[in-house]
Amino acid sequence: MRVDVMKTYKLYIGGAFPRSESGRSYELKDKKGNFIANPALASRKDLRDAVVAAKSAFSGWSHATAFNRGQILYRMAEMLEGRTEQFVAEIKALEGVSDSVARKQVQDAIDLWVWYAGWTDKISTTSGGTNPIAGPYYNFTIPEPLGVIGVIADEKESLLGLTRGLAPVIASGNTAVLIASEKLPLSAISLAEVMATSDLPAGVVNILTGSKSELIPWLASHMEIDGIDISGADKKLDGEIKRAGTENLKRIYRFEKDASLKRILSFMEYKTVWHPIGI
Amino acid sequence: MAADIFEYAPAPESRAIVKLKSEYGLFINGKWVSPQSKKKFASINPATEEVLAKVSQGSQADVDKAVKAARVAYNKVWSKTKPKERAKYLFRIARLLQERAREFAVLESLDNGKPIRETRDVDIPLSAAHFFYHAGWADKLEYAGYGDNPKPYGVVAQIIPWNFPLLMLAWKVAPALATGNTVVLKPAETTPLTALLFAEICEQAELPAGVVNIVTGDGTTGAALVNHGDIDKVAFTGSTEVGKLIANSIADRGIPATLELGGKGANIVFDDAPIDEAVEGIINGIFFNQGHVCCAGSRLLLQESIVDDFLTKLQSRMAKIRVGDPLDKNTDLGAINSAAQLSKIKELSESGTKEGANIWSAPCTLPAKGFWYPPTIFTGVTGAHRIAREEIFGPVLSVLTFRTPNEAMEKANNTPFGLSAGIWTEKGSKILWAAQQLKAGVIWANTFNKFDPASPFGGYKESGWGREGGRHGLAAYIKGAK
Repeated sequence: MRVDVMKTYKLYIGGAFPRSESGRSYELKDKKGNFIANPALASRKDLRDAVVAAKSAFSGWSHATAFNRGQILYRMAEMLEGRTEQFVAEIKALEGVSDSVARKQVQDAIDLWVWYAGWTDKISTTSGGTNPIAGPYYNFTIPEPLGVIGVIADEKESLLGLTRGLAPVIASGNTAVLIASEKLPLSAISLAEVMATSDLPAGVVNILTGSKSELIPWLASHMEIDGIDISGADKKLDGEIKRAGTENLKRIYRFEKDASLKRILSFMEYKTVWHPIGI
Repeated sequence: MAADIFEYAPAPESRAIVKLKSEYGLFINGKWVSPQSKKKFASINPATEEVLAKVSQGSQADVDKAVKAARVAYNKVWSKTKPKERAKYLFRIARLLQERAREFAVLESLDNGKPIRETRDVDIPLSAAHFFYHAGWADKLEYAGYGDNPKPYGVVAQIIPWNFPLLMLAWKVAPALATGNTVVLKPAETTPLTALLFAEICEQAELPAGVVNIVTGDGTTGAALVNHGDIDKVAFTGSTEVGKLIANSIADRGIPATLELGGKGANIVFDDAPIDEAVEGIINGIFFNQGHVCCAGSRLLLQESIVDDFLTKLQSRMAKIRVGDPLDKNTDLGAINSAAQLSKIKELSESGTKEGANIWSAPCTLPAKGFWYPPTIFTGVTGAHRIAREEIFGPVLSVLTFRTPNEAMEKANNTPFGLSAGIWTEKGSKILWAAQQLKAGVIWANTFNKFDPASPFGGYKESGWGREGGRHGLAAYIKGAK
């Protein structure tokens, strides 16, 4: 009988797969109580490292062409498609759902990456424009990515839940720090393997596993984080997160619709440029 | 240098056109009512310290009454008014403002201290234009890109600052009404008079009672309004400090806010700039409206190779700025809005000298009465100085230098604010490159301090949330729009 090679589930920071600097991990079991993995229990320091990585990656990613970002997001969909079985297995084990339900979730997630891949080079067209001002000036408005966005992954539908938050944020050129689902973290770490093989530059997405209640306050108060998608956080925490975020006036949103242009635009900022017209 | 100035005979605008009452009540539910506390405070002319009128101190009870009036008007009238009829009320307001433009201009100069040239040519025409622009949107919102059935929030609490009193009212009230909201507006404590005159415009326009309510008062009135349990949305223009307090106080209530806050705009002059035009642009960028402008170009970034020549020209131009009577049509720089603001400007300027920067003020004679500060620049400023980091909100320019374009971008972006920036160069590709690098909501290239109802205005980072003006500004008043 062959003994399986079990996977070590680690963090994903700056394109690397480190353990938590704290040396901590937590035990994850399936619905029947069988041991599955010891994912890292990320610390405040890990979060700060993740923000540094995201901040460093922002200039390159936000100035990459929209076409290029679209290609990379599409490439992620391709890589996901090829790894369908791995994700199906992890979802079944942790969420206790049937094969077909798990498979549907993976397929929906793949389709969502494709949907956002197609958005990258349309955002400025649908949401920017020229403004007919009363004077001899050329004046236009374009949406630009905000910077580093914190994404709190949903506690259900692990792969799809985190895709709903993550894909719109990076489609526009933001970089992200994702706090994975606490109970269902495997898809997040496996998605990191997809990212690492999709030409997504290191640091564009950084993934932390661990305790949400421990990490969220640090995420909310971090001065280098520009916005947070709190859709995956407990609603009872909304006020606390928003208050902590006021110190640097973070843009903090909870979304109702699963997929929308609004999810993209909420983490963008409009820039208006004026120039005189004349000879 | 002062002797170089041509002597101009005074050309004062008559103030006879303004008929002030000695006391004003609150404008609630289409009626003038006394404040519950019976307390009144004076609004003074900052150029002479003369009392212009007594206005009411709105209290919690008055705010309750105003919010209730706005709620009833929303439920019973405004939400049932057809969009095309809503539009016509806004068109009426725009026209009435145009008809009474001179009266508003004189009153604004009296109450605020800003030159009549600016109120006449900028504040009032732009205010009317804002209503005209948004009037047209009222029955075309389904084309604005926010879905087929855009809905208003309901009752909007609006708090505006003293630097552009009527214009900020227009920026707030016009889009709110066009999208179908009703409003409770609190004007700034030191500049309430044009808002109260605007209430008369609402009466002349026969705007249904309660659609616009105006409650004057100080910061406690504003706090009572923001903290009121029956408002659906907050729109605030003012300091970043107060903006954060508001964000904090609404965090638990799940209502959205639009915040237009402070700035520390960089005005960047490259060595290939049209120098004379740039000098004019820098002057306009910092001395327009006494520098009481959130998007002022208060940090001048000069490329090292042109520093000496540029500063000589800039100082020569500054010496020709006419400081004095706001009602004189020749005046360029009027009075500082209040004693409190003047002491803040002085305190920050003193910190500049203490921290090692070199101060130079234009040689001008300041009137004996009122609040005045001369056009001033600081050279030898570093990014660590308070005068390079904090908003002075006065006629004080901090000059920094750079060698390479990349250094200019780093210095320009080295601030928690992100409202405006200026770029001066003749090279088109450099303009577009710099515009891409700068973290600011409004970028003026080879121009500065231009505003238009069709052009979105608002900041990145700690300069605020959301936009005002243009298609993008409508989102602030359409439920769930982004």
